[in-house]
Amino acid sequence: MPEGSTKDGIGASLRRKEDKRFLTGSGRYTDDITRPGQLHVHFVRSVHAHANIKAIRTDAAEAAEGVVAIYTGEHVAADGIGGPICGWVVTNRDGSPTNEPPHPILANGTVRYVGDHVVAVIAETLEQAMNAAELVEIDYEVLAPVVDLANAASGAQLHENVPNNMYFDFELGDEAAATAALDSAATVVELEVRNNRLIPNAMEPRAALAEYDHIDDAYTLFTTSQNPHLTRLVIGAFMLNIPESKLRVVAPDVGGGFGSKIYVYPEEAVCTWASKKLRRPIRWTADRSESFLADAHGRDHINKIRMGLDKDNRITGLRVDTLANLGAYLGAFSVVTPTILHAPLLSGCYKIPAIYTNVKGMATTTARVDAYRGAGRPEATYLLERVMDTAARQVGMDPAEFRRMNFIPKDAFPYQTPVALQYDIGDYEPPLDKAMEMIDYKGFEARRAEAAGRGKYRGIGLSSYIEACGIAPSAVAGALGARVGLYESATVRVDPTGTVNVFTGAHSHGQGHDTTFAQIVADKLGIGVGSVEIIHGDSDRIPFGMGTYGSRSLAVGGAAIVKAVDKIVDKAKIIAAHLMEAADADVVFADGKFTVAGTDNEKGFGEIALAAYVPHNYPHDRLEPGLEETAFYDPLNFTYPSGTHIAEVEIDPSTGVVDLVDWACCDDFGNLINPMIVEGQVHGGIAQGVGQALLENAHYDETGQLITASYMDYCMPRADDLPNFKVDYTVTACTHNDLGVKGCGEAGAIASPPALINAVIDALAPLGVTDMSMPASPEKVWRAIQSAQAEAAE
Amino acid sequence: MTTVSFSLNGKQVSADVPDNTLLVNFIRETMSMTGTHVGCDTSQCGACVVHVECESVKSCTMLAAAAEGTSVTTIEGIAHDDGLHPMQQAFHENHGLQCGFCTPGMVMAAIELVKENPDPSETEIREGLEGNICRCTGYHNIVKSVQAGARMMGE
Repeated sequence: MPEGSTKDGIGASLRRKEDKRFLTGSGRYTDDITRPGQLHVHFVRSVHAHANIKAIRTDAAEAAEGVVAIYTGEHVAADGIGGPICGWVVTNRDGSPTNEPPHPILANGTVRYVGDHVVAVIAETLEQAMNAAELVEIDYEVLAPVVDLANAASGAQLHENVPNNMYFDFELGDEAAATAALDSAATVVELEVRNNRLIPNAMEPRAALAEYDHIDDAYTLFTTSQNPHLTRLVIGAFMLNIPESKLRVVAPDVGGGFGSKIYVYPEEAVCTWASKKLRRPIRWTADRSESFLADAHGRDHINKIRMGLDKDNRITGLRVDTLANLGAYLGAFSVVTPTILHAPLLSGCYKIPAIYTNVKGMATTTARVDAYRGAGRPEATYLLERVMDTAARQVGMDPAEFRRMNFIPKDAFPYQTPVALQYDIGDYEPPLDKAMEMIDYKGFEARRAEAAGRGKYRGIGLSSYIEACGIAPSAVAGALGARVGLYESATVRVDPTGTVNVFTGAHSHGQGHDTTFAQIVADKLGIGVGSVEIIHGDSDRIPFGMGTYGSRSLAVGGAAIVKAVDKIVDKAKIIAAHLMEAADADVVFADGKFTVAGTDNEKGFGEIALAAYVPHNYPHDRLEPGLEETAFYDPLNFTYPSGTHIAEVEIDPSTGVVDLVDWACCDDFGNLINPMIVEGQVHGGIAQGVGQALLENAHYDETGQLITASYMDYCMPRADDLPNFKVDYTVTACTHNDLGVKGCGEAGAIASPPALINAVIDALAPLGVTDMSMPASPEKVWRAIQSAQAEAAE
Repeated sequence: MTTVSFSLNGKQVSADVPDNTLLVNFIRETMSMTGTHVGCDTSQCGACVVHVECESVKSCTMLAAAAEGTSVTTIEGIAHDDGLHPMQQAFHENHGLQCGFCTPGMVMAAIELVKENPDPSETEIREGLEGNICRCTGYHNIVKSVQAGARMMGE
């Protein structure tokens, strides 16, 4: 029988159920799985950014010890195997569709970035596959690389059907209104920012293990995926052309994703395809260098911003022109990230009467760029929060007060922005006030003076953000170009003994769903968390799922679980009414007990579960036996988390090193289910944002070689790069899901980069420095100080 | 081929492996003990940290043959019969892990850090774990976990 305690339900910082297996080395990640008779595949990748393949000679490799098969793009084409698809497209300004080039899983005639997959070498052992790969000879005709985003349109054309290397030319907002607002503004603020390219770097490299069962003519693919059902759909229907029912996709424990494991990649499709050709299991695990080269990268925008203010310093208009680098091919969310997930966020938490934006998505000979933690929203927030500080400085206002006077007032909700979104609820001043109090904003000038006495420059920087997450209402997404629905499913199965299994289409790869979802169910059913098991990540066990990204697991997946639990309770009430010979309407369910109102007649949840499966005394005329319900939940709107983050830095002018000395943030995520897990998500998000702002940068040289392709060269945030974070919350509950939750996974990564760069600029502002690009590396900061001092001396 | 024999989590193990087999591959593949992870190929990330003769070693940087005759402990070998090792318990209590991939290396590195310095300051912990990358937690709760683990190990 289930435990009766609910003290670990909604709102409790319950320690995680999944911890024990991870802490004892019992986690089961894809690379931990082996199959008898398995073969290993190693990919020969392009060493050129852009080249035609003239010839591939594999004779020597085929003769090498242990080699079983070698496949090239010709084999792929001969078998009619398709490539990864774009999951969301947009309409161009002129009404034409997005230009979608083909993306073969092994290059067919042309390679378009360093790391592009050319040959798959399959052997008995990984070492044999790698050794044989060395013997593959490829003759290339080298073509001009296209690396510089600003000049990509005039570079060598990458794809036949992508003229001017432009995948799309998107716009949103009212251009005439924005132009008029800027023309008549008392102050016009101009800024150009670069949102640096990042590499997601989940600590678990991507991996795949595919197995074919010739008796059932069916495949099983174990893979590092954030959404196994979409992987099944894409590989089944678009790549291998097999019935979805013949492909089982399992995403077991996954070691972080951050967006990079949403997509279907060529490697896992090659493993699946080859597993049937060779009738042997095929496995592949990326080494870290391959991850750097061939995982989807993130960000990489150039944004030109013009903001107009009236004579009272209220914002009247905003125009943003963006070039987005999408790399060599389009992935699942490549197009939606810089458009639909970016342009509608340009109002931020501010009342801006007129907004217009144009986004051009460009092809370059670099790894493809797709959604990475925050996906479009960090880019929008960065440019907006940078221009807010620039504007405040230009008109001589305190940046906090300039933000405050331009906030959408709390009585203006629901608030319709000029860029498509309608915010259901929010209140932006309380988190600003709280964060300022947490970091002692008022006392900052004294700290600046004290630091100056020690020869250090101290600065403080804010970022007040909003994000749209919990994606999304399917109908809205469809109208905007999505090719999938964005609901989530849940099945709740009550066992005869009253324990509960929850099958969710969301996927946990660090988010703690085993715990958070169990808390919700335990709370709603009045049973102990220990009686609830969460099952995810297996397309054969879960009805369907859209996976985890866009901070949607709780707001969409959690809401689906609540709907299924509600159905369970509704059915159980009828059973209880029958057993207690009462009218349905008189039965009340609370704390795990069904009671006839006004009496002490009661039945426990476990008793009802048993009755459902041993239906000797049962309302057979009204109900089927059993206690299992499925619900699909399609949200009515995005959710809109918001808040303020404040960074404080100290800069050593002799080295240019930025020391991040303090961080305070106050977020409004709506209701919290497990505050401990939420706080962990905030910490991790901030760390990735600090990485972007201070340390990380994916850099291609002019020939298209990725210079930052290892942890020796790509600077990841480490323990000694970061401070402790002060985290707090305000709550305005989401108005359109049953839990009142908004989502918390991306907020830190969205809010933090501009806060940090604003703090660096604030520290250097007394010297006359007004701009700083990401990452604010010691060299850049030192040079900015030197050049400011040289100018001052002139 | 080389015959490699050593004590793994208290049990004597032995296998014939190619001379160039790395310790991490010996543990993961030859011994099928998959708690120790591989997160990079440049000895930077620390996911593969194990103890060789009670000292932290990045097992991707050591040949299995070099462990001949030693005592090797992995994440699977530190829990006691009556429960988790204090450092494992501290990570659990302080939410010092999310996806769990870096966790085995992080816990093994933290245990040795505390053995060397039983009462480490926050700064000493941050510097001591500089060789272990975590992408999920922002390290805040890892630092708290190690502080709590140090207290519990001292009790």
